[in-house]
Amino acid sequence: MKVGIVAVSQTQFGQHSQWRPQELTYLAVKEALGRAGLSFREDYEFIVTCSSDHWDGKTLSDVEHGEVAGAHLGPGEVKVAMDGANAVLLGAVKILSGRARKVLVTACCKETQVLDPSVIENFGFHVPYQQLLGLDFLQAGALQASVYMHRYGLSREQLARVAVEERNASLANPRMLKKDKLTLQEVMKAKMLAFPITDQEVRPPCDGACAMILAEEGLARQLTDRPVWITGFGSCYEKHNLGDRDLASPSALSVASREAVKMAGIRDLAKQIDLFEISEHFSYQLPLWLEGMGICQKGKGPEAWSSSKLESPFLKPVNPSGGLLSGVPRYVAGANRVLEAFLQLRGEAGGVQVQGEPKVALAHGTYGPAAQHHCVIILERGF
Amino acid sequence: MPRRTAIVGVGQTFHRARRPDVNIGELCTESVRAALQDAGISMGDVQAFVVGNMELFEGRYVQDMWQADFIGAAGKPGIRVTTGGTTGATLACVAFEFVASGVFDTVMAVGFEKQSEGDTRAGLKTVSDPLWIRWLTTGAIGYFSRQARYYMRETGAPEAMGSVVRIRLAEHARRNPHAHLRMDLRRVEDALEAPYLIPPLRQTDMCPASEGACAIVVTCEDLAQRMPQKPVWVKDWITVHKEAMYIRGGRHSVADLEMAASRLFKRNGISKPMEEISVAEIYAPSTWAELEWLEAYGFCQKGQAWRLEEKGSFYFDREFPVNPSGGVVCTNPIGATGLIRVAECALQLRGDAGEHQILRKPTLGFATAWGGSGWTVAVLLSAAKN
Repeated sequence: MKVGIVAVSQTQFGQHSQWRPQELTYLAVKEALGRAGLSFREDYEFIVTCSSDHWDGKTLSDVEHGEVAGAHLGPGEVKVAMDGANAVLLGAVKILSGRARKVLVTACCKETQVLDPSVIENFGFHVPYQQLLGLDFLQAGALQASVYMHRYGLSREQLARVAVEERNASLANPRMLKKDKLTLQEVMKAKMLAFPITDQEVRPPCDGACAMILAEEGLARQLTDRPVWITGFGSCYEKHNLGDRDLASPSALSVASREAVKMAGIRDLAKQIDLFEISEHFSYQLPLWLEGMGICQKGKGPEAWSSSKLESPFLKPVNPSGGLLSGVPRYVAGANRVLEAFLQLRGEAGGVQVQGEPKVALAHGTYGPAAQHHCVIILERGF
Repeated sequence: MPRRTAIVGVGQTFHRARRPDVNIGELCTESVRAALQDAGISMGDVQAFVVGNMELFEGRYVQDMWQADFIGAAGKPGIRVTTGGTTGATLACVAFEFVASGVFDTVMAVGFEKQSEGDTRAGLKTVSDPLWIRWLTTGAIGYFSRQARYYMRETGAPEAMGSVVRIRLAEHARRNPHAHLRMDLRRVEDALEAPYLIPPLRQTDMCPASEGACAIVVTCEDLAQRMPQKPVWVKDWITVHKEAMYIRGGRHSVADLEMAASRLFKRNGISKPMEEISVAEIYAPSTWAELEWLEAYGFCQKGQAWRLEEKGSFYFDREFPVNPSGGVVCTNPIGATGLIRVAECALQLRGDAGEHQILRKPTLGFATAWGGSGWTVAVLLSAAKN
């Protein structure tokens, strides 16, 4: 049995002071159900939501997100409290286990209502060894970036280029946060937050939600003539203690991508996958993740990534959407990667559509200090 | 074709109001070690982890990340699901689904709570909508005193019934070495001396804030039959939610409980649940809830539960054992509580519950969890493979 994605939707990303978090979810749910031709609460057996109590500022954030997705005395609901890609993964597992034939997946985060994310992130480190150091995800990322640069002699400019390309690619993407064109000079001169990460090289906080409808093979074909199959997935935790990890070698990503491609029956990641939508919360992560997935040799990530932008690349397009640096809310991030890959495979990506009818795509989500958990999902065009 | 799924190992910590001797990771490790030992497997046999707790109650963030080093999840696939009071049971369900789908063969679910590290009541208060009802929220005690009054009014149950339930649970808890409150409450008069929280709810009627963890090992049919422990087969499971405005219009509703049980029983051909199910481990945070919810699940007619309770029918050695472990009223480490219900049911069906083993022949077990704005997860376990 296969699992198909039949419809997706997403709110505009940005600062949405006028909407409450659950209202953002509702906007996305309504749109997705409409696109799949399903009625609210009636036509699906399960809901997988993704949100965070900390960012919603309330215990059990899924009380509201579940309700607006139709959970009241209707389909069952489960909340995934990690990156949105895992919600897609769990939705697929629901269908594969025969517990549901159609699943609604939602992800939402209203980041801008949190004044200082570093306070929350600091509580994500283990007491007493790491929390007391005052670490947050930015500083953990900076440590990882420093190890990475030092190990392979990378320059700040190489990482800054990632931010420039990503942000400028997103100018053509109607689904991304609206921004001005960026130059390398601007990134190099930008305010240093934590060496080597400047304020132009972090994922900017914003609000938004996305929703998608998953269905088992037969139903997916009935609901759409252009389904996209989820053919493989994998996830993995890394060790928590930063000192116990080789930060320049993301082993959890290696495991997650290996499992995902094995499940999808893919032998050569670089050759057989036509398109990558990767979660980079900081600019250094994009090349590092390419190395983690085994697409290129260690330390060659920046070159491999540059190649994906060339006329005759050895690597197929990476983040044509503009990536997370263009502004995607946390928690929504991984689900948004799946959504962008889905649109590319259907040829509906608009201004950022890649050439040559891509058939297989890889979507990736990550979360935690120095990206401690990775999730990889392989998508295939089903028409 | 979904695969048959079985529980082949369970592990619980000892539950206390405070466990200053361990941190959260170490607490979880105790239950993980116990579950591995019970299942007779090693960490290498576990392919993936499902973890969860109440996100805000310890005042911590992404606990799964730093739990990973302790419970053995580092280097392995894992997912974190949090659904409030039902988290424990949801963990079990997600583990069942991972195995049933064929994605993994052996999965471990780990739930915990260490409430002394945070402020549970402050956390619980924020369940309610900040615009509409947060200002009148009184936490679980407010909700359950209202529920008790409603049950008394509707069924004519006398106020002493809460204490009658408590005496049964105290007897059960004294027999369960893992229970948190193992009080020497033996007479209804003694329980009735306990102070009111909000009338008619007394201190003895309400669950404690416990610290502890629980883990179970779930595996596929092939492996289950080769493992040392007698497998407990997972028959079915269901989740039903209710709207966020749970006190809208002053109505009191248990529609989620009714729907969950009736759907579950119907699709498994159970028409006389009290006869066909041999043990119930239900997540009822107060003594009064236990009475009302037994009726909502369809075990007896409305207004009958307290009469059966009076007759002592729900004792572990009687015709329909309810919460032979002592239940949630004696032990409530929230993120683990639902998982403990499933684990205790499994122990009963295996015949390994020790001093609180039911006398009835164990065939089917019914485990539930409750939480959120009034939502429920129900699990049906079976001693026989079918």
